[in-house]
Amino acid sequence: MSFLNMSQDDLAIIPARRQFLLQAGALAASVCLPQSLWAADKKSARRIVSIGGALTEIIYALGASQELAGVDTTSLYPEAATKLPSVGYARTLSSEGILALAPNHVIATEDAGPPAVLRQISAAGVPVTILAANDKFEGVLDRVARLGTLIDRPTQATQLVEKMKADWQRAREPILARKSPAPRVLFILSHSPGQVMVGGKGSSAEAMLHYVGAQNAVQGFDGFKPLTPEAVIAAQPDVVLFTDQGLSIVGGIDGVLKLPGVAQTPAGQKRRVASLEAMFMLGFGPRMPQALTALDNALLKVMST
Amino acid sequence: MTSRFTTGLLNRPVWFLWIVLLLCFWVAAWAGAVPVTADDWRVLWRHEEPLTSGAYVLWNLRLPRILFAALVGAVLGLSGALTQGLFRNPLADPGLLGVTSGAACAAALTIVVLAGSGIDIPIAWRFWVLPLTAFAGAVGVCLLLDTVARWLTADSIAGLLLTGIALNALAAAIIGLCTYLATDEQLRSLTFWTLGSLAGGSWSLVAALSLLLLAAIWYARRLVGAMNALALGEAAAAHVGIHVRHLRRCVIILVALLCGFSVAWCGVIGFIGLVAPHIVRLVVGPDQRRLVPLAMLVGAIILLVADTTARIVAIPAEIPVGIFTALLGAPFFLALLTSVRKGG
Repeated sequence: MSFLNMSQDDLAIIPARRQFLLQAGALAASVCLPQSLWAADKKSARRIVSIGGALTEIIYALGASQELAGVDTTSLYPEAATKLPSVGYARTLSSEGILALAPNHVIATEDAGPPAVLRQISAAGVPVTILAANDKFEGVLDRVARLGTLIDRPTQATQLVEKMKADWQRAREPILARKSPAPRVLFILSHSPGQVMVGGKGSSAEAMLHYVGAQNAVQGFDGFKPLTPEAVIAAQPDVVLFTDQGLSIVGGIDGVLKLPGVAQTPAGQKRRVASLEAMFMLGFGPRMPQALTALDNALLKVMST
Repeated sequence: MTSRFTTGLLNRPVWFLWIVLLLCFWVAAWAGAVPVTADDWRVLWRHEEPLTSGAYVLWNLRLPRILFAALVGAVLGLSGALTQGLFRNPLADPGLLGVTSGAACAAALTIVVLAGSGIDIPIAWRFWVLPLTAFAGAVGVCLLLDTVARWLTADSIAGLLLTGIALNALAAAIIGLCTYLATDEQLRSLTFWTLGSLAGGSWSLVAALSLLLLAAIWYARRLVGAMNALALGEAAAAHVGIHVRHLRRCVIILVALLCGFSVAWCGVIGFIGLVAPHIVRLVVGPDQRRLVPLAMLVGAIILLVADTTARIVAIPAEIPVGIFTALLGAPFFLALLTSVRKGG
């Protein structure tokens, strides 16, 4: 008998497991839960959990900030958003944590996850809306309009869209009128000193560079890829562009010049390094026209040296 | 009196660990972002409409998740104990058999190559594709490893170890290549997958994993005696009539199925498979008949405590569970190591 192989202690496990299994099966059958109280909350005050810095910015710009019940860790602007309960990093959300904020709507970018958590939240009766975006100004306008409809602020949304269009026009005019040759810009993203990425074709950084009339110095690959010295030298950038966060991580301008290959480029020889705050420059939110002007000014400033 | 009671308990580690596990269950079920009252427990036999938020969270999210955490912990402890027994090496963990890298490799290929090839998968299937391919990858790489190792290095267990290292490196290279080729969106899915998480725990997964674990326990009971003989060496085991080749195949299949399931649904959760058997060995010695069931209990406790901590430390946010398995388990293990060395 194979039981002989087991000590007396081991036998205790099996009946208990079996019993537990029966319970689990019984539970699955008996707890056929209806849509719970979250769904019934529709009439009371709206409580939104916003997952994505750009979405939070839009909600603030639409004057609906008092309806925010929670935000994720990328919601850093405006300052007041950082005071709201934080549901954590957008990619490691917690279903129970979000439900504890008693939201009646979860609005997220496509970055949000894990997928199982989003499913659990909508299964609990809280609608989850994913507002995808592309790296185009029209995409941002579209997102503002859709968000306005979702949170019953269509008028404010139309006004914001009109204002953004006017600002955009104003920001683009000097760029379109300029005759000087487009500077070649290398965008570097750095989360840690050892991890330095370069923005290639189709990256969000390239989209901003094109709007500002600059040329992405890197054309050999798609998206963000690790920096290689030879590729940097071959790109021959006139300017190296950073996020503020990335620039301080690599150690300021002197740190940039120490990155492999950078010193051998025109940008490195003339110390042309520009930087902007990450969510401002690449957030693709309501501040995009201002970001465009700021980026343009930053590039003009370093190019004039 | 108290001390006699505790020593009594420590002499019966199974009872001791069951009590600890039940206490952990108790705490885990009460702790969380949404407050739960005693009434919420009673909805099971008193059907009330509408459900309170506490009852909904308790029965639909929290209980399946903590049961799932304990089951996955038990699975990892069991696989760890069997792997270390097979390799006769306390540094072995199920990852050496290629389970983790095989699953990760299959997941990366699915996300990058299958999604990139433009094959349209029906929405209802999409949810299942990744766990299924990851599971297939885990089992496939394990069996491939066994076959290749047998072909290259006869029946040597050391050969299995070395082939395992080579195959793992190969899988890591394929994962690296996929990461490099991935678009931002695919990279995002890969991140979700590699950050181990028990958030997906549901009643159906709990039921499936309990069945699998039950079958594995039933099967493992036949192996543990032979594993004890194997501890004396392959030749010695063969002399007492153990069919080492058959045993090896059985253990590999068992570990592949168990770990493959856990990796496919929870991503990579390290440390438990390695350390749970060690903790047990320090207390009860190397007898596999006692080691295997106790390692399961210890694994269940570690993962349940780690997952509960991950859930409640940063409410309403959640911290990846992998951080806590090591953060809580490693100091405990070191403390046990010192006390046993001093006492012995």
